[in-house]
Amino acid sequence: MGKTTAEKIFASHLVDEPFPGTRVLHLDVVMCHEITTPIAIADLMARGKDRVFNNAKIKAVIDHVTPSKDTKTATQAKMLRDWARRHTIKDFFDIGHNGVCHALFPEKGFIRPGYTVIMGDSHTCTHGAFGAFAAGVGTTDLEVGILKGVCAFREPKTIRINIHGTLPQGVYAKDVILHVIGRLGVNGATDRVMEFRGPVVEAMTMESRMTLCNMAIEAGGTSGICMPDAVTVDYLWPFIQGDYPTKEAALADFKKWWSDEDAEYDRVLDLDVSGLAPLVTYGYKPDMVKPVTEMAGEPVDQVYLGSCTNGRLEDLRVAAAILKGKKIAPNVRAILSPATPKIYSDALREGLIDVFMEAGFCVTNPTCGACLGMSNGVLAEGEVCASTTNRNFMGRMGKGGMVHLMSPATSAATAIEGTIADPRRYL
Amino acid sequence: MKTFGGPVLFLDRSDINTDEIIPAKYLTEITKEDLKPYILEDLKLTGFDPNGEKTRNARVIISRANFGCGSSREHAPWVFEVNDITAVVAESFARIFRQNMFNCGMAAIELPKEKIDALFAFAGFADSSMAVDVEAQTLTIKGGGKEETFSFDISPFDKALVLAGGWVDYADQKY
Ligand code: SF4
Repeated sequence: MGKTTAEKIFASHLVDEPFPGTRVLHLDVVMCHEITTPIAIADLMARGKDRVFNNAKIKAVIDHVTPSKDTKTATQAKMLRDWARRHTIKDFFDIGHNGVCHALFPEKGFIRPGYTVIMGDSHTCTHGAFGAFAAGVGTTDLEVGILKGVCAFREPKTIRINIHGTLPQGVYAKDVILHVIGRLGVNGATDRVMEFRGPVVEAMTMESRMTLCNMAIEAGGTSGICMPDAVTVDYLWPFIQGDYPTKEAALADFKKWWSDEDAEYDRVLDLDVSGLAPLVTYGYKPDMVKPVTEMAGEPVDQVYLGSCTNGRLEDLRVAAAILKGKKIAPNVRAILSPATPKIYSDALREGLIDVFMEAGFCVTNPTCGACLGMSNGVLAEGEVCASTTNRNFMGRMGKGGMVHLMSPATSAATAIEGTIADPRRYL
Repeated sequence: MKTFGGPVLFLDRSDINTDEIIPAKYLTEITKEDLKPYILEDLKLTGFDPNGEKTRNARVIISRANFGCGSSREHAPWVFEVNDITAVVAESFARIFRQNMFNCGMAAIELPKEKIDALFAFAGFADSSMAVDVEAQTLTIKGGGKEETFSFDISPFDKALVLAGGWVDYADQKY
């Protein structure tokens, strides 16, 4: 019987099976940020075990609150910085070079097909877009990952999600994943890998595939996974050209990670997105989604464009195309946080930043910022935010605040009208 | 033998997320002890008082489906730990939260809906308390002069983590 991508990755990284159903895997990449790592560092120090299993496989970034906003966040940043220096972690990204982890690390070419990746961050599932097994973990798993380079998982079961049809105008990867979460529910994929397949995924850029995989956790999924193909090879080529004589050779190698035709799935979901409308969440859970047409006219106080879900260059391009020559409504404030310095400078060079600023956006440095309600755009009680992020939990972006999740296009249209708006009118 | 228990805090809602258990603004704390006052501060549940006596006295939480969803923050199990709540019993858990509990040597016990309903029948009694025996895989709830015992499933790995006191010690000895 054939194997899924996740099963192949598990088999090739198996260190131990301490009990039936539990697999301890060797890790290729352990990623760290300044919110969840300092306590792991402190615990390792307290145990007299301030070591790292391999400083080349550890990647670290200060991204959640940067520049630091107060003494406490400065202390967290300092702990990560000092630790990275102490262990000569070369791939450490501090202010001036830092960006949102799940946008920055792929951009640096750190993630490859077949890799095992963990981070003390639930949206680590994003990196499955490269055909990797990438899972968010807590600080203890991270600590063991840092010290030993291993992590324990249950046997991976996979939900295969075949996405058929063609994306209509104004409908993007964000709408597709909101639709999938709406179908599965917030715990419909718990302990499952979500494998995204079908012609719509094959036609997507790596950026869109990352948007898709990013929100796997919002259905409870352990990792999103896409099959590594020619699009993956093109994206990674600057980093892998020394390893392969040709792109064809890289592709042939990547294909060994593809799920076999006769692989066994826990569940198969077939979706046709040809008739899909732009979607918006309406409640405090990401599976509460409605077509934008049913939400249009709902007032908002703030528009937030950024995050590991939708703060990439293609997202900025889509939004800027809608905003060009227009102003945001006087009743809203709008914030753009390009997800990485490269995205920021590319957007500058393309003239996108001008478009946003002329429309009335505040452009911040790359950071998680308001996405988790820690800085750069926290809401007041009772305020409503139209956001391209991934979580609409009550209070997520500030106590008593309401978040409507949507695509960059929908957020741009919403900024112009000052109420939730259908982007298709502007395309 | 590893047992957990004491007064029960009933949280009658599904999908309680880790932002509700410990809001992001407290993630700047760098010791577990500092989290203590903020337990369940943003929980959206009618009638619930995060500063109430019930929350303060609790040693066990009983809740519904998908408990601990959302952010991976281990601050959620930690805020329970420093408040002496060392077991959560629910219909189901989000994966990361569940693993975080076991990784800290605490228990996240799943029971089918009927049994969770039976436990919630004790929610009305002021003296409800529970004892969880991880080794024997049984839990006993008492309250209002009544008592009921259920057995539960736990993966052998998770059980080993509880008995070892958490994943760091376990992994350090083994790998
Ligand atoms: S952008 Fe938001 S969801 Fe993404 S890593 Fe940062 S805080 Fe988490």
